[in-house]
Amino acid sequence: MDSLEVLVAQVQALSGSTDDLLHLHGLLKQLDDSLQQQQQHHQAIQQCLLQLDPAKHSLGFLYFLDAFGSADISMDQSESFISTSATFINASSVDQVRMAPEKFTNVCKRMRDETIRVQRPIRAISPLHIAIRKLQPSSEYLTPLHADLLQICLLAKCYKAALSVLDDDIFEIDQKKTGLTPKDFLLFCYYGGMAYVGLKRFEKALELFQHAVTAPAFVLNAIVVESYKKYVLVSLIQNGQVPNLPKYTPSVTQRNVKSCAPDYVEFASVYSTRNIGDLKRSILAHEEVFQKDNNLGLAKQVVSSLYKRNIQRLTQTFLTLSLQDIAETVQLESPKDAELHILQMIQKGEIHAIINQKDGMVSFLEDPEQYKTRDIAQQLHGQIQKIIGLAKKIRFADEQVSCDLAYLSKIGRDRPNYDPEEFEVVPQKGFTNL
Amino acid sequence: MEGVNESGSGGAWSEQLDVEAYGGLYRGRTRIVRLFFIADHCKSRSLELDALRLAYKDITKGENTAMFKEVVEKIGGRLGPSFVLDQDWIDSVDRRAAQRLEKLEMELNGYKTNLIKESIRMGYNDLGEFHYGRGDLQQAFKCYVRTRDYCTTSKHIIVMCLNVILVSVELGHFVHVSNYVSKAEQTPDVQDPTILAKLKCAAGLAYLESKKYKLAARKFVETNFELGSSLSEVIVPQDVATYGGLCALASFDRSELKYKVIDNITFRNFLELVPEVRELIHDFYASRYASCLGCLQKLKPNLLLDIHLYDHVETLYEQIRHKALIQYTNPFISVDLNTMANAFTTTVAGLEKELAALIMENQIQARIDSHNKILYARHADQRNTTFQRVLQTGSEFQRDTSAMLLRANLTRQDFTVRASKKQTP
Repeated sequence: MDSLEVLVAQVQALSGSTDDLLHLHGLLKQLDDSLQQQQQHHQAIQQCLLQLDPAKHSLGFLYFLDAFGSADISMDQSESFISTSATFINASSVDQVRMAPEKFTNVCKRMRDETIRVQRPIRAISPLHIAIRKLQPSSEYLTPLHADLLQICLLAKCYKAALSVLDDDIFEIDQKKTGLTPKDFLLFCYYGGMAYVGLKRFEKALELFQHAVTAPAFVLNAIVVESYKKYVLVSLIQNGQVPNLPKYTPSVTQRNVKSCAPDYVEFASVYSTRNIGDLKRSILAHEEVFQKDNNLGLAKQVVSSLYKRNIQRLTQTFLTLSLQDIAETVQLESPKDAELHILQMIQKGEIHAIINQKDGMVSFLEDPEQYKTRDIAQQLHGQIQKIIGLAKKIRFADEQVSCDLAYLSKIGRDRPNYDPEEFEVVPQKGFTNL
Repeated sequence: MEGVNESGSGGAWSEQLDVEAYGGLYRGRTRIVRLFFIADHCKSRSLELDALRLAYKDITKGENTAMFKEVVEKIGGRLGPSFVLDQDWIDSVDRRAAQRLEKLEMELNGYKTNLIKESIRMGYNDLGEFHYGRGDLQQAFKCYVRTRDYCTTSKHIIVMCLNVILVSVELGHFVHVSNYVSKAEQTPDVQDPTILAKLKCAAGLAYLESKKYKLAARKFVETNFELGSSLSEVIVPQDVATYGGLCALASFDRSELKYKVIDNITFRNFLELVPEVRELIHDFYASRYASCLGCLQKLKPNLLLDIHLYDHVETLYEQIRHKALIQYTNPFISVDLNTMANAFTTTVAGLEKELAALIMENQIQARIDSHNKILYARHADQRNTTFQRVLQTGSEFQRDTSAMLLRANLTRQDFTVRASKKQTP
């Protein structure tokens, strides 16, 4: 008890300037173990927490909270834990929190677990969101909490909340600043992809799943396998085919991932025959596997996408076609079904057509988009700006690499082998002896 | 003399193959093989028996006892008492052959000890011919290949190559055929037009078997008429005309067809031998599709009896038909499907299906108005497609670049998925 009191006093005293904070940080790290052992004295810790102000004494508060959270919490205490952590996250000071990112993530994860335990995952969304913003040096950094937030959103089925986090393009990975692990990255890609699928934005989902599958790896990871399965299904829905894995996929993944998901690979090859009957039979055959992986819903979406794709191919070949013929070619039940399908597709803007009910004929029209409007011009302009931004990033990354010590030493070693005319001047950026 | 079609294949009267004339074109082993093939695959019994009778006669002039047994089995006593298993003949031939083999091998060993290159070569050659006559093709192949080490002049090399080519064709190893053809063509001072013609034919045959119809057509069309009957152990000028004509029809475009086939004087000589094929090509070029396709149908039964062509007939015919359809629709903006169906002697529904398939494969740029049964040509709007492609390329570029930057950062931080070191027991 006494040590706790002493600690509290120290925290209150040393939470002033940055130097003090560093000193405090060192102290806290040393005393961390003893704190953890005090876990059974929840009351005591709670008392200490009441004495500390989350805004001013964030670092100390964090350590105490972590100690509190690492023990077993009973059901009635979890409510208080959740609310305490929520207020802490809201109020905490950004600098102090960034000094101990792992602890911070621990606390957040514990809070998330508790909300899942009391079955109100939606409570965790807002605090986690704020936590991410506090932990990220800039919006392009990935933190472990991204994956947690996405998981919570998926459990709570609040896909829109996930969108604000997903829409940031992630470029920077820094382990020291954010305490990130490869597993967090994979989880982020996997959950992110699932969130996009829930929002029906299949292209972005594909991107994220592809990131997961092509992440550098020495061993095969279960998350990667699951991502690959969803990748197959979503690319069937979006593109009608599964592209080969890109060249930069790690060899471990390339060799093994297909054998871990044989049903999906077979399903994809049946899809390429464009035969609805075969596809439906294939689903029935693999139903168990899809069910176990929770992919049955996606698989059914694949079937409806095949109908759409077949009808779209008809628009390329015919100017007018009777509903009867359409029903036959696409293997639908009756002309009524065909009419319904086409109506839906026209409403969603997937094809352009006119249905003549008197003759039972459908006339397919050309895409009326003339690319002449102001909207298109603005869209093009926006895209160009984005690409200019990307190009700047690439140039920056290139400069960084060419100034990197390891690269230069390698080039320098090979210097005699290079033809003097071909030799580019080594950039002088980092090397002045002024 | 034309054989009248008997009960075997009912229906339309088709020109029956004159087996004797056909067999008379070829020499050697290929004649017998072809006659067997005809006997196996033709539908009319009289044709079958004719073929087998000729085969029997040929075999008794040779030394191939295995084939003799085969032919007797096939005849099965249907041709009467003079065409049965003559065991005495078999035994005497076998004995003679064994003796000859011994003699040849002894001579060969003698030459080897004397190390006279030329004699060794001749020895192997004789051995190869002997095995070929006996029907042991693998051994013949081996012997001929062995002569390679002892060839001194380019003439020897040519002879060796031609022998190997012959045996490979019989064996069906067309890879070897192309290898040895290129080897022979690379030999310096090979100027004799007959030999060049032979090599071109062999190359064409190899391409045909590997389904490279365009290349095969090119080779056949370039063959010199000096070929004559010099390669009649494999192929005769009529075959060159037929194979070349069909492959050209199926794979050449209009300008190539005119330049290389119709205006080609050397190839015209070949075509004179097979007037049906010549008519066919001219009809196609003049867009008389109905008569062209009708001719093709008439030729079909006989072509199915040719050992090299039979499994390619269907594909070639399909390709020719597709080309005809595409060529028909090419000059028009709109085509009435009824008139087109008449021109091709088919129904409108069937024609619509065929055209739909061709459009989906992007061979015809058009769209079908199924209600009024009209085909409208469709020219892609360049401006729209350009815009579409631009937007698409832009987003793809963005996607790929951001993925790349992300990955670069991952690798820089050494952010790979590693096996967990903590193993729980």
